[in-house]
Amino acid sequence: MKQYCKTRRLLPGFRLTLGFTLFYLSVVVLIPMSAMILRGSGMGWGGFWKYVLDPRAIAAYKLSLVASMTAALLNVLFGTLLAWVLVRYTFPGRRLMDALVDVPFALPTAVAGLTLGNLYGPQGWIGQWLAPMGIAGVNSRFGVVIALMFVSLPFVVRTVQPVLETFEQEVEEAAATLGAGRWRTFFRVVLPTLLPSIITGFALAFARALGEFGSIQFVSGSIPFRTEIAPQILIQHLDEHETAGAIAVALFLLIISFLILGTINLIETWARRFQN
Amino acid sequence: MSIELRHISKRFGDITAVRNISFTVGEGELVGLLGPSGGGKTTVLRMIAGLETPTEGDLFVRGRRMNDVPVQTRNIGFVFQGYALFKTMTVFDNIAFGLRIQKQQPADIAARVEELAKTLGLEGLERRFPHQLSGGQRQRVAIARALAPKPNVLLLDEPFGAVDAKIRQELREWLVQLHDELNITTVFVTHDQEEAMEVSNRILIFSRGNLEQLGSPREVYEQPRNEFVARFIGVMNVLEMTVSGGIARLGGLSFPAHGHSEGQTLRIGFRPYAVQVSKSPNEYRHQAILKHTYFLGIMLRLELETPDGLVVRARMSKEDYARLKLEDGMSVSFQIREYRVLAREGEILTPEVSLSQPTVLGEGI
Amino acid sequence: MARNLHRVLTPANTRSRRGADESRLTQWILIGIAAIFVGLFLVLPLVSMFYEAFRKGPGAYISALTQENTLDSIRYTLTIAVLVVPLNALFGLAAAWALTRFQFRGKALLTTLIDLPFAISPVVVGVMLIALFGYQGWLGPWLRAHDLKVVFALPGMVLATVFVTFPFVARELIPMMQSQGTEPEQAALTLGASGWQVFWHVTLPSIKWALLYGLILTTARAMGEFGAVFVVSNRIAGEMPIPLWVDNLNADHRGSEAFAVASLLAFLALGTLALKAWLESRHQEEEAAGLWTTSSPVINSGESETAFTTQTPP
Repeated sequence: MKQYCKTRRLLPGFRLTLGFTLFYLSVVVLIPMSAMILRGSGMGWGGFWKYVLDPRAIAAYKLSLVASMTAALLNVLFGTLLAWVLVRYTFPGRRLMDALVDVPFALPTAVAGLTLGNLYGPQGWIGQWLAPMGIAGVNSRFGVVIALMFVSLPFVVRTVQPVLETFEQEVEEAAATLGAGRWRTFFRVVLPTLLPSIITGFALAFARALGEFGSIQFVSGSIPFRTEIAPQILIQHLDEHETAGAIAVALFLLIISFLILGTINLIETWARRFQN
Repeated sequence: MSIELRHISKRFGDITAVRNISFTVGEGELVGLLGPSGGGKTTVLRMIAGLETPTEGDLFVRGRRMNDVPVQTRNIGFVFQGYALFKTMTVFDNIAFGLRIQKQQPADIAARVEELAKTLGLEGLERRFPHQLSGGQRQRVAIARALAPKPNVLLLDEPFGAVDAKIRQELREWLVQLHDELNITTVFVTHDQEEAMEVSNRILIFSRGNLEQLGSPREVYEQPRNEFVARFIGVMNVLEMTVSGGIARLGGLSFPAHGHSEGQTLRIGFRPYAVQVSKSPNEYRHQAILKHTYFLGIMLRLELETPDGLVVRARMSKEDYARLKLEDGMSVSFQIREYRVLAREGEILTPEVSLSQPTVLGEGI
Repeated sequence: MARNLHRVLTPANTRSRRGADESRLTQWILIGIAAIFVGLFLVLPLVSMFYEAFRKGPGAYISALTQENTLDSIRYTLTIAVLVVPLNALFGLAAAWALTRFQFRGKALLTTLIDLPFAISPVVVGVMLIALFGYQGWLGPWLRAHDLKVVFALPGMVLATVFVTFPFVARELIPMMQSQGTEPEQAALTLGASGWQVFWHVTLPSIKWALLYGLILTTARAMGEFGAVFVVSNRIAGEMPIPLWVDNLNADHRGSEAFAVASLLAFLALGTLALKAWLESRHQEEEAAGLWTTSSPVINSGESETAFTTQTPP
């Protein structure tokens, strides 16, 4: 306690920087958020539920949840594989592959949506192969999952990669001297150590997918009850000048994403129980 | 013979890490591999474990050729420098890991873990995670884990490297004790000569991939085979001298050098304890100023500077120092009782030559 | 040193480690899967993007980019970036300084607050601004009385972009400044430096790469943001930034024009990646340089008496 009072006085700028930070956060985040929450609660339960529990909205929440979950899980699989290959192996083109992982971060989602919509469309380079198999690449749930997977891929790779980089190979060697083969070493020793970062990566990817709108706008076709996702319901209210509806749905989405993140946080804490 | 290496070499690309090494370790021996960093000692240890494959030569453990036996089936206990504990597992699960791989019965596993926890003083810590342990406890878990499957050989890489100086001393004594109790063939790597001297039955000294000398701690100290060993074990004054008229000279110092050709450069080495100092400036042959005295506990180190600017280190007990009433800045005289002509690294040393009556000193390192 | 040497000498391809490495076959299978995945999933979209953009020839490409609405959209995007990036840089520096240099109540809460944009859908962010600045919003009547427009105009888009991009600089700086500790700064204070001098001469040079990286991320995201800006835009051609204009063109079935305009953003993305790669290599070089000077090989270690000097005739 004494120690920290000392450091507080030691370096200057405490009031200035904290003051500015709080002011900025208030203007940008807290005041608009309070405005929305108060407007939402001002409309009363009846008004709120009318918009939130609309069947079309419910179908959209369901798709958002399921598609985001699917995309995040697939990214856990491929993202962990990518991280492993990038950290552990040397091969020609490794650095290029590493750089390419950031493409979805850097590419604006509108561009991603536009190009994915074209690529998976009936005449697209990939879509033309899907069509004979009876898979619609765009204006379909398949397309939604592909787009969500694209925009959220880097999260898993970039959270697992640094942990794998600092992972001591000695630990794997220790398992080997005790008689463990490669597979057992991976599943018993390596994977449990990576698990917290995989969960974090999953959470980030899931949150990103849940909130994604830009790319979906291009690939989903916004078919009510089929390919419409939650943010599109909100846009639809705005387009019809139903601000109250947009606010109600927005508030609901806000609460849902906080609940999900809270849950994931708990899981993460559990997975990190072996750490400080 | 528990471990035997025959003409083992290891190359990584163009670099030779270990060059044509042969030695044997007897059953139940405690052997230290000593040498500066990059000397090849860790590579030797890793080859015995099966974590590296020798480029050339044969490796035997209990008479069986091990070159092509994978690490998993060698039945070797390895304690890593950073311990390499499984941090997602409790102490119990760490120790039980190797036993579970062997598919032992849970009851047997529990009994074995309990036994080891008792031997190693880890009782009551079984349910903790590695991050909840002290450095010393972590090391003991690492040793317990390595011992659990009853290995043929215990290998330790810099076992005391990661603990602080105070615990290190305790751990050394404890390792010797543990070894006496279990009587398991043990090989450990260290860069600390004091540690190697104190703990091992025998020491192997490595430098740049070569095995420079092998012997008991006393042997390597008293009969170093070459300059590298002489310098690495303990402290030595080294003078580079030129031979003229059968005498090697440097400034006012001179040593007889019969049999060496005129103009040849010789390196002469002598231990600080071989330097005798007198308060009277004329008692001994060489004159010097006492520049500085270092207190090292019961022994003192004196730094003498000759009129030609050479610095010679001498060693003296506290009692002698007090008796002579020496002080920094005084004029003193000294003589060198024993010295040796040093061979270069990889060469054999000539035996030590006594100038005056050789006195055997019971001095440690 | 032995360990370092060991690491340098044991790349995965020496095959020296048995049992602690996968077989060569397994390695290549995994690399193959990764390569196919990256090729299909990341490279192909980029290639098809540029293919579509240039399919109708350079003439069509140029005319798509030089039409008035496209130029307007470029102007909007640049304006947003120019306003947003410095503001967020300032915020990032202040927040990182406050959070890493001081202990105070509510610090954890503040950290969580900074991560908020990662948890909130950009579309929801837009709705928040409408709830505050819209016609029926808190400040709506006041704004109307003074004939000011925030949402469905440029200021709203700027605010929305600020919201979704403000964590980037702070998130890069905080771990960096945390790991560096305050000792260099305290040292500067003992040498008589003022607060600003400490910041300019000690803190800033040590965090410059992280700061630059944060700025690049902020810029890229600010120029590419779609959802939040979409909600608060009036969606009139000529009054929207590039991403919205791409959407507008696409919705009007002007596909090749949409791709041409989108290629601008794709170039921006590739530029961002190249810049990032360059920054990382510079940063690593500097670290490597620092590393070599600190870890000079120790010839002899162990006992306190390390004085083995060989003396030669002067």
